[in-house]
Amino acid sequence: MGRQIRSGLVLLGLFTVITGIVYPLVVTGIAQAFFHRQANGSIITANGESNGSELIGQPFSAPKYFWGRPSATSPFPYNAASSAGSNYGPFNPAFREAVQARVEALTGSDLDNDRAGVPVDLVTSSASGLDPHISIAAARYQAPRVARYRGLSVEQVNLLIDHIAEDRQFGIFGEPRVNVLQLNLALDQLK
Amino acid sequence: MTIFDWLQIGLYLLVLLLLVKPLGAYMAHVYEGERTFLSPLVGPVERLLYRISGLRGDEEMDWKTYALSMLFFNFAGLLLLYALQRLQGVLPLNPQDLGTVRPDLAFNAAASFASNTNWQSYSGETTMSYLSKMLGFTVQNFLSAATGMAILVAMTRGFVRQSARTIGNFWVDMSRSVLYILLPLSLVLAVILVSQGVVQTLDGSQVVRLVEPVRDANGQTVNQQVIAVGPVASEVAIKQLGTNGGGFFNVNSAHPFENPTPLSNFLESLAILLIPAALCYTFGKMVGDTRKGWAIFAAMTIIFVVMLSVAVWAEQGRNPAMGFVNVDHRASRVQSGGNMEGKEVRFGAANSALWATATTAASNGSVNSMHDSFTPIGGLVPMWLIQLGEVVYGGVGSGLYGMLAFVIIAVFVAGLMIGRTPEYLGKKIEAYEMKMASLMVLVPVLLVLFGTAIAVVTPMGRAGIFNPGAHGFSEVLYAFSSAGNNNGSAFAGIMANTPFYNIALGLAMLFGRYWLAIPALAIAGSLVQKKKIPISAGTLPTHSPLFVFWLTAVVIIVGALSFFPALSLGPIVEQLLER
Repeated sequence: MGRQIRSGLVLLGLFTVITGIVYPLVVTGIAQAFFHRQANGSIITANGESNGSELIGQPFSAPKYFWGRPSATSPFPYNAASSAGSNYGPFNPAFREAVQARVEALTGSDLDNDRAGVPVDLVTSSASGLDPHISIAAARYQAPRVARYRGLSVEQVNLLIDHIAEDRQFGIFGEPRVNVLQLNLALDQLK
Repeated sequence: MTIFDWLQIGLYLLVLLLLVKPLGAYMAHVYEGERTFLSPLVGPVERLLYRISGLRGDEEMDWKTYALSMLFFNFAGLLLLYALQRLQGVLPLNPQDLGTVRPDLAFNAAASFASNTNWQSYSGETTMSYLSKMLGFTVQNFLSAATGMAILVAMTRGFVRQSARTIGNFWVDMSRSVLYILLPLSLVLAVILVSQGVVQTLDGSQVVRLVEPVRDANGQTVNQQVIAVGPVASEVAIKQLGTNGGGFFNVNSAHPFENPTPLSNFLESLAILLIPAALCYTFGKMVGDTRKGWAIFAAMTIIFVVMLSVAVWAEQGRNPAMGFVNVDHRASRVQSGGNMEGKEVRFGAANSALWATATTAASNGSVNSMHDSFTPIGGLVPMWLIQLGEVVYGGVGSGLYGMLAFVIIAVFVAGLMIGRTPEYLGKKIEAYEMKMASLMVLVPVLLVLFGTAIAVVTPMGRAGIFNPGAHGFSEVLYAFSSAGNNNGSAFAGIMANTPFYNIALGLAMLFGRYWLAIPALAIAGSLVQKKKIPISAGTLPTHSPLFVFWLTAVVIIVGALSFFPALSLGPIVEQLLER
């Protein structure tokens, strides 16, 4: 058994080097060489300033902006240094209250909206607390409000939504969606 | 369910099915020491490793030496990982300046990664340095997966060889698993993931300006967003392929940097089941009758597809909390709809349910949605799949050796019922094998039920519960199910980062891993000595549809009998309350 122990310790050391140092460094090298933008966080830059990451949502609450998913991160929403979901169970009274408050906030500020109900992704918090997307339904739901606060027509805003919206990947995978940060940056650039 | 849900799930199953044979055959070549297309590249590295560590590649071990080598290797890995976490404050590659990890948490994480559980008591981006993740987590992701695969191969040799004493060489089986299978697959997957947006850098966090400043909980204005990054892709690739599941970030593969696009999601969820499913074919090929492997694969797939359908149906439905407000949860062309609490828009309800089913059928435990926020039935599916012992594909290696325990029980019970000598693959199944197989089935049941019972009657255990009522009980039951079966996913509302849970769950993981691994090797040691009985008219066929049905029934009945009472107190009562 003594010989096995020696072999085992040497192998542990060698595999620590191979899988713990060589492998991650090789992946880092390939990533930085061929996918530099993606490997460093898909950062959006405008005028030399970093405006956020394409993949990480930001908090929006002003009526002139589209709002993203509710976020459960602390101490403020969309804290990308500490991802978190709400973990509310379906019968948790606190969850029910939170949903009710969100529905009221949305129906209150989107009074001129004639859609049947609030799209579910707008009143439920995302898994990561950093979800960059909302559904297309959720964007259209907010279009009248945003148009009113920006002095645009609803058609103009809807056109912009369609422009930013992403279809299912390769027409099959995932769900159609709108990137909230990109949509809001595009809105700000309209004027 | 929309047509796109069916399409994506169908495509997932189809691609998985198509990959089983080529990958399974390749792995059989690897374990039988034959030349493969990677041999010119990897062969020299393999021989060099053996030379440095003083190994002879053709040296064989009996089951006890095999088991002791495996235990020693895993224990040494556990100690190394523990030490790394305790010392990370003074070690390099720590751009976030994270401090030393508390002893109970470091023990929990070390036990968790060594045992291929990868339960996340830690919060990835705020607790563990890059060095701990690379040298510690990533290394154990490879080695614990390779350990499981080696044990399966050793057990397979117990069926293949006759009148022998040895079952292979642990170091060789383990090394080949890493060098020929896990490492090349991870390298390819990691690079594809980076192309989709998974980050891979050694630099510290990115800082960006918020478009609209926000107030934090203390009323302070926040103008900047600090975005955690790191060497993520390399860790994520192996955590998916090796049924590890421990995330780089707190929210695992729900985080946009671990799983940014629907394509990354498809590949990562495919990676969960890829090796476990293909190992069925490897097994069939090694025992000389691929029909045996396909029969086991079929039994697993039947259970998987049924569970998957239930989960997708439940999660595509309405969250009970939405019953009182004017919310539109119906699936349409412009939204996925369904129960979106704790889910990401890019995945929607169907892909979240698919992942939840796959990750708990296998012993992966990574998540792309929060299981704690699933509907009662939607949450029952992953919990029960774990409790079945993770034999539906299961962990790499461990899933199939767990399923082989059920096979032994199935042929034994069938033999008793019709009065024939129970045998499998020509090997007589006798009292010793049955005792070991029973251990493999019963140990996790004991760990789960006793662990849960202790936790819910002690104040320390109850203190961790987050959601009130029956759901709180489910959180505890899920935690011990996950640890006792080496899954690693959670009803994550539970505050498990306390000394009580860290130690209790850490122990459950170690018992749940090694009290199955050792009996599996003991079965191999016993079977390898036996002669093969020639096939006769009295032999029960173990590749017929009847056998597939019988094996499925045994797994379901054992799982139902063991856990129905506990599940009644959790998700079942919760579902009934809704009405």
